[in-house]
Amino acid sequence: MTATAPSTTPPVPPSDTATSTTPPRTRRVPRLRWSVALAVGVLAFFALAAIAPGLLATHAPTALDLTSSLRPPGVDHWFGTDESGRDLYSRVVFGTRESLSIGLGAAAVSLGLALVLGSLAALAGRFVSGSVNRLVEILFAFPTLLFALLLVAILGPSATTQIIAVGVGSAPGYARIVRGQILAARQSGYVEAATALGHPRGLILRQHIIPNAVRPLVAIFTLCVGQSIVWASSLSFLGLGVAPPSSEWGALLDAGRSYVTHAPWLIVIPGLVIVVLALAATTIGKDIQARLESGDE
Amino acid sequence: MTTTALNPAAQTDEASRPPTRLRVTNLRVGFTKGGHERRVVHGLSFELAAGECVAIVGESGSGKSVSARTLVGLTGAGATVEADELSLDGEDLRSFTDRDWRRVRGSKVGFVLQDALVSLDPLRPVGKEIGEALRLHGWGDRSSRRAKVLELLDSVGVPSPANRARQRPDELSGGLRQRALIASALALDPGVVVADEPTTALDVTVQAQVLDLLEETKRRGKAIILISHDLSVVARLADRILVMQGGHIVEDGPAQQVLTAPRHEYTRSLIAAVPGTHTRGRLLGSQVPPVVSVPPRPATPEAEYAGPLLEATDLVKRFRSPDGSVHTAVDQVSFTLERGETLGVVGESGSGKSTTARIALALTEADGGSVRLLGQEWTSLPERRRRRLRREISVVYQDPLSSFDPRWDVQRILEDAISSTDLPSRAARRERVAELLALVGLTPAVLGRSPLTLSGGQRQRVAIARALAPWPSVVVLDEAVSSLDVSMQAQILDLLVTLQAELGLSYLFISHDLGVISHLADRVLVMKDGVVVERGTVDDIFARPQHDYTRELIGALHPITTSHPLTTTEG
Amino acid sequence: MTPTSSTELTLPAVAAASAGGAPGVAGDGGGRRTLAVGRRIVSKLLAAVLVLWGAATAAFAAQLALPGDRATVILNVRAGQAIQRTPEELAAINEQYGLTNPVVVQYLNYLGGLARGDLGASYQQYRPVWDVIGEQIGATFALTFTGIGLAWVLMVLWVTLTAGRRPQVRALGTFVETVTAGLPPYWLGIVLLLVFALGLGWFPVIGGSGLQGLLLPALTLAIPLAGFMGQATRSAFETALTQPFVISARMRGMGDLAVRLRHVLRHAVLPAVTLSGWALGATISGAVVVETIFTRPGIGKVLVAAVNSQDLPVVTGIVVVIAAAYVAANLLVDVAYTVIDPRLRTS
Repeated sequence: MTATAPSTTPPVPPSDTATSTTPPRTRRVPRLRWSVALAVGVLAFFALAAIAPGLLATHAPTALDLTSSLRPPGVDHWFGTDESGRDLYSRVVFGTRESLSIGLGAAAVSLGLALVLGSLAALAGRFVSGSVNRLVEILFAFPTLLFALLLVAILGPSATTQIIAVGVGSAPGYARIVRGQILAARQSGYVEAATALGHPRGLILRQHIIPNAVRPLVAIFTLCVGQSIVWASSLSFLGLGVAPPSSEWGALLDAGRSYVTHAPWLIVIPGLVIVVLALAATTIGKDIQARLESGDE
Repeated sequence: MTTTALNPAAQTDEASRPPTRLRVTNLRVGFTKGGHERRVVHGLSFELAAGECVAIVGESGSGKSVSARTLVGLTGAGATVEADELSLDGEDLRSFTDRDWRRVRGSKVGFVLQDALVSLDPLRPVGKEIGEALRLHGWGDRSSRRAKVLELLDSVGVPSPANRARQRPDELSGGLRQRALIASALALDPGVVVADEPTTALDVTVQAQVLDLLEETKRRGKAIILISHDLSVVARLADRILVMQGGHIVEDGPAQQVLTAPRHEYTRSLIAAVPGTHTRGRLLGSQVPPVVSVPPRPATPEAEYAGPLLEATDLVKRFRSPDGSVHTAVDQVSFTLERGETLGVVGESGSGKSTTARIALALTEADGGSVRLLGQEWTSLPERRRRRLRREISVVYQDPLSSFDPRWDVQRILEDAISSTDLPSRAARRERVAELLALVGLTPAVLGRSPLTLSGGQRQRVAIARALAPWPSVVVLDEAVSSLDVSMQAQILDLLVTLQAELGLSYLFISHDLGVISHLADRVLVMKDGVVVERGTVDDIFARPQHDYTRELIGALHPITTSHPLTTTEG
Repeated sequence: MTPTSSTELTLPAVAAASAGGAPGVAGDGGGRRTLAVGRRIVSKLLAAVLVLWGAATAAFAAQLALPGDRATVILNVRAGQAIQRTPEELAAINEQYGLTNPVVVQYLNYLGGLARGDLGASYQQYRPVWDVIGEQIGATFALTFTGIGLAWVLMVLWVTLTAGRRPQVRALGTFVETVTAGLPPYWLGIVLLLVFALGLGWFPVIGGSGLQGLLLPALTLAIPLAGFMGQATRSAFETALTQPFVISARMRGMGDLAVRLRHVLRHAVLPAVTLSGWALGATISGAVVVETIFTRPGIGKVLVAAVNSQDLPVVTGIVVVIAAAYVAANLLVDVAYTVIDPRLRTS
């Protein structure tokens, strides 16, 4: 004899809730992680620096002070000074506007191009989509930086060139992503169900395919901005970006190159700033992605 | 330590009673997540002797799988396991270290999971997987292991084992790879075998073979713990049955008694919920679907049509596979569907039944043949001209979630399905949505929710409501209840039957489950490899099958689905 | 060198073979299969040639895109100053570079030259581009391959040890990967240089031949790549860990680490293998930057100088060579993929 059911048997559960195969998901809002909050704070700081640098800077970016040249970071110069005694922190703050514009501009070019190419590759008639697909594959064979360098070689170095070069250079990768998203939406079960309901193709495109394909792109845009800033600064590092005495971060990198051994902060700190900004953008992008996947708006 | 049941010592000791392999008393398992503990198993107790089979039956969430995993120390992260007694061949499992477990797993207890396609490493040949158990326990050397693997494959009935051992699971048929999986569990001749849903993903004919194999394993003296939700599988193998619900054991007794004279209400409802020929015409579940006053259908010429609703003639569909070969999925299939009837299409995987359904829905273009819908050209029309008629035929899928736009809530899903030409005013559409919900037994509370937050049964009801929105004449149900638990399946089947009576619907019901088909269908098509091998009324097919394949299918059914002498019919 | 996001990756469709499955009969199936394999190889080669042709065409178009009269530009580039040129000078250049031929003829000549391995002649130096590149490219490739190899080692170690563990460990793993994936090579290189070469003195600061001089630059390339590939690998690893065959393996008595190495790893590296084809191109461009930091020989200097002086044949030559390498790498990756996942051979 083995002990069987306890005296208080649980009641037969109501119809649907307990005995189902696929478990329902509780719709809870993911807790706001501290990392995301930090990232938002960082971005807010940079946004403010871009809009009103005067509020955040401690010195004027062009203020020369040869008596305090090449000072390491300290109390009166938080990031140290360069060879002409200019305060690095203030230069970074004032350079935010230009750097962010380049990054945003490049991201806009990149995603705009990616949307066009990706949509054509996924939605157009067989010939057009096939050719665009081939074109994207071919362009993808050019690594972003090299492609950008090629464009710089043709157009000559300047801020505009940076935007175009980085934008066009990184577009093929994103075009593939866009294409993948659109195809996934096109081949999905809900599109087929809509067809079975008798909805015309145009309606399905508007109601289902485009919204679902575009949804993840918001996250991708943030990632793209972060990466564009990094690419653009790589160009500047090679001396092919905006010319000094701009405070644009890439230019700071370029200027700091010659002082690596005895004033490393001149290049390490602007680089760190770029890394932090890209990291913040990536963190937010990933958080948006995670939220979308868990079903929240 | 010898593992044969014919252990002379045990025999003389206890006068021909086989040795007890496993003793479990008051097993309790809980999971701690985010601070608080959730009890998943409350007090499981049983004893298992050599040559005996104990079955644990339950639906999802009952705790049966967790129990099985706990017996081999794989409960999972964050689990607390307590028991008054938990011993295997005399060893106390409660105090086992990781090392002890590794010693015992495979050698004293073997585990068989469902679906060898994913339960064996898909990237490795099956011979390697089987041999791994031997290697891990230091059995023999390389060449003797290889020989042993072939011997094992042979013992489970795999022909030409030398060739098969070199093949990967995806290169073997369903039955062969399940046998290989069992071989890998039996490699070191363990005394206890735990089988967790071993036949669930298999075709009916293959299920029968695998059950034969397990029966033989039992005869050879192994003790088997069988976990399943499928009563017919359990009925065949088990000596003793434990029924679990919500982590509690609600019934425990000899198999015969539990199946024919169950004491607990839940067990009774489970048994009553199994569909079969004997359940035709009665409700399976304990809940009566609501009676709803149905608004009259707008009178259209289609609604008046008296002839066959669907006429499929000589349908052909071929697929070209990447290696260049052509596979004929549907080969000269013809059928008709009359108004108000249910045509069941039954077949195993690869029979072409789903492809046929998709052709009937004009979601896949046929390579040959045509379908007429309500007497009009259907598949031969271009999509533009077909759209008008699409309202007459709807579909309900096996997995409703993938057919819902992930951004939409239930309200939007249903409103979207209501034609704006039928009901131009917003208010009228809202009203219609409320009607549809009432028809399928859902409350208006689900309207604002996303299908992700609904249970499987609720989602399927929403899918059915959506299918009914345009007042169709025909509803195609493609394995619509196959993913549901027995209880849920019973309720949905009851709902479908009721809706058919209330609304005068005609169903094209695709399923691999003969029990469901025999419960629901009026006429049946039996398909194999793209061809209709037999057709007839339900009576003809199930009482007097003509074709060999049909006979094989029906022979694989367990009596529990064809007749059930319940002592009481009260739920 | 931060690459595009890894969201794009599509893992191979797990063989959704019906439970009926292929009975796996040898014989006629074998013959059909080799034909299919042959057909696939040919189609891949064709695709590769197509990409190469496209790259060459784009490179040619780039050369045409230089604003201004090309002959004038060439002379200015050589002289380093922009002045008016006499018709005789222009004629001589036009003759030399064939610039007066119709575009189509120039294009065909260009393609023909490529087929022969002739990448044109540098504007600035009076040498064929191939010579200019060829001298330096070996060092760059050495650096690139070392970087990729190192990235693989780092990634496999890191993911194998940290995937599928307690939430804190997993969070740490993901965090490290996210941070490292986004590190620009120039910054990381300088930090490594400062810390290990200038600070600790373990490695030479400038150039340095042999392994010692190679390690820091290779590490600079390897760390971000490892982070990036690690993200994809980690997600595949954790998915594989939940698969039933892992439980089956544990049920035979296999320990946790053994399961990870013998079973799960093979499944998990598939997306990283796919990425490696792309990684070659990305790493080479990173190498360009890294060479500048560590003052190593390689095409980095050549490339930057060429871009600065608008010496297009050199720039496009490098781009074409790298595109060719990318195409070759992708073919190899495809082969490697079918070795690791044999299901694709028959599917």
